[in-house]
Amino acid sequence: MANKHVNAIVIGAGAGGGVVAKELSMAGLTVVLMERGRWQTFDEHGDDELTSQRTFPLKCGYGPDNGRNWRMAPDGIGGWTRVFPNDWRYGNNAACVGSGTVSYGAMAWRFQPVDFQLKTKYGSIPGTTLEDWPLTYDELEPYYEKAEYELGVAGDPTTDPFVPPRKHPYPMPAFSYNREGMILEKAARNLGLHPFPIPMLRNSVPYNGRPACIHMRTCVGYACPVNAKAGTQNTVIPVALKTGNCELRINCMVSEILIDEKGRAKGIKYFDSENKLHEQTSDLVVLSASATETARLLLNSKSKLFPNGAGNNQGWVGKNLQDHAYTGAYGLFEGEVYDDVGPGACIAVNDFNHRFPDIVGGGVLCNEFIRMPYQFAGIRPNGSRMWGIEHKAFQKKNFKRHIAIHGPVQEMPTFDRKVEIDPAVKDFWGIPVLRIGGMRHENDINVAHFLSDKAEKWLKEAGAISTWKSIPGRESGASQHQAGTCRMGNDPKTSVTNKFGQLHEIDNVFIADGSLHVNNGGYNPVLTILSLGFWVGNHIASQWKGTKMK
Amino acid sequence: MNHYFTKFELALISIFMSAHTFTRREFARLVTGGTAAVLISFNTACKNKISLWRYLNEEEISILDAIAEQIIPTDDFPGGKWANVSNFIDKQLTSYYKSHQVDYRGGMAAFQKSVFDGSKKKFEEHSFAEQKAVLEKMEAGELTGEYWKEHSSKSFFELLRQHCLQGFYGSPLHGGNREYVSYRMLGLDYPNIIY
Repeated sequence: MANKHVNAIVIGAGAGGGVVAKELSMAGLTVVLMERGRWQTFDEHGDDELTSQRTFPLKCGYGPDNGRNWRMAPDGIGGWTRVFPNDWRYGNNAACVGSGTVSYGAMAWRFQPVDFQLKTKYGSIPGTTLEDWPLTYDELEPYYEKAEYELGVAGDPTTDPFVPPRKHPYPMPAFSYNREGMILEKAARNLGLHPFPIPMLRNSVPYNGRPACIHMRTCVGYACPVNAKAGTQNTVIPVALKTGNCELRINCMVSEILIDEKGRAKGIKYFDSENKLHEQTSDLVVLSASATETARLLLNSKSKLFPNGAGNNQGWVGKNLQDHAYTGAYGLFEGEVYDDVGPGACIAVNDFNHRFPDIVGGGVLCNEFIRMPYQFAGIRPNGSRMWGIEHKAFQKKNFKRHIAIHGPVQEMPTFDRKVEIDPAVKDFWGIPVLRIGGMRHENDINVAHFLSDKAEKWLKEAGAISTWKSIPGRESGASQHQAGTCRMGNDPKTSVTNKFGQLHEIDNVFIADGSLHVNNGGYNPVLTILSLGFWVGNHIASQWKGTKMK
Repeated sequence: MNHYFTKFELALISIFMSAHTFTRREFARLVTGGTAAVLISFNTACKNKISLWRYLNEEEISILDAIAEQIIPTDDFPGGKWANVSNFIDKQLTSYYKSHQVDYRGGMAAFQKSVFDGSKKKFEEHSFAEQKAVLEKMEAGELTGEYWKEHSSKSFFELLRQHCLQGFYGSPLHGGNREYVSYRMLGLDYPNIIY
């Protein structure tokens, strides 16, 4: 039986898609929300480290599965090799209702105003495609606030002089520091830094019908057993479903956007849970499948007017892939610093973003989420023996006596860092798979050295008896912070969408995920993705009233 | 030849099991090693070695036990062997790590052959210090023999090291980390307390 025509198809029930589905269905549009994964709960996974979304040697518990999904990554000798979701080189984002917002660490950062105008600030950087966003911080600010209030953010910016301007306080009070946080706060002040509690999409007090956080040690990489962590799966998606206008279709893999002879989208093709191929027609399509899969879907949707993929006549779809080159330092302490109060990450400094004349960009520095036992077995100073009695002695001595400070380097976009379609390899459903390639720009490594040095100084001031840095290499991938592959811009020749996430080339196709980011900031990107969901959703809803997208 | 238990034997086993919680290892020894003569007397087929392991054979398990003990040695806390690291690996080889079956079957035999050819002793018969020296060679990619011309002993060591650590530190539901020994070692309360 053919599917009933709807107003909007939203592809991907993650941060961006969950929000858009809610905005559109509240505005009265009929919506089908497509999700390749399914609902997930804490009870299925418990605190199992080997199948978490953080360390996943056995599998990515929250998807996607190794049985049907793979990609191609550089093999190190000039060719390509097949990689599966639980390989770091795959660059996975969770595939389930809520996607990454089910199992994330839930840091709720706004980008800085200057992050939207990097080219204006730094000029042209050779080897990069650095550009200003077509959107300013001030335009996005009300939507940041909407995301903070509708999902729920706990924070207190009063001790952060570099906080992006905001009109109202956070809806919930900040979390207090754990033992590490208290040690680090004092040290930061001694150094003249400005520490403050990390804003979190996690309830510090009961909020929106969900209880307060119970401080699990397994938080990042795991679902919350009490739903204290806000994701789209326990906030906006249930609201969308309650309108009666939105149908959530899970276990469905979208393979193509259908383009008609006039060059407009008329719907999608997808495989259902039994791998049967279906069509769904609509007036408009919103892609929110992540920076890798959104680009893949566009590139795989070839038609007469778009022989290189939908909206890709200028060849910018899939380019400018960004992520975060995480960097920082570890410190070992004489006494115990661990108090088992999860999730661990609680304190940050904004002192190292855009404030140093010799440094392009920067990043926030935070104490790290709790390192679970298997993950900790991989954390050692360079040259350490990784097995035997030395391994065991280090585990026993230092598990409760170490602190990690990390931060996401704001990466430079380049045209050569990209995703593209492999010419031969197809996945389980027969859909051509992605190749992920390209090197980080050298500026990313410069900034990593700068930031890790600051992290190390902070740890030493806190009393660390020995420290070592962690510096990323130029080999790149696309982790959960993947962004930039369909960037927005005013010039259709050097961008994929306009400032409202609408494809320059196809006016009834929109994007609402990290693909839009012109730059990925020096922060975890999820709050920006959520707010872009509200921004794009609000624009579509207001346009719909007049034109019905005809 | 496979041995199938009779209903009577199964009933007997279940009585044993209800009186005492056996680990997989103890149970395997019980029915294969002849500790429980009462069982064996019921069926002469038990004289054939029955492997109750899922994929690995007794020979491979014996090497793996020794390797696990090298990767995570016993000190004031139990080591990799007691923690059932071999059971973890055997279990994964029939599920998540099916694709590594061929690495283990080929690698374990070639590893043992390299050791035996050099010393006329099996790996597990060597002293702890000698075993350690062998693994250090392997970690450096210096094992000799036909097999290792085509395969990297360094990569196989890294695979074994990772899998042993996973078995020791991962959740017991995957077959290792017996009684959450590694969590106790690190001073983590278990179960993860919800308060």
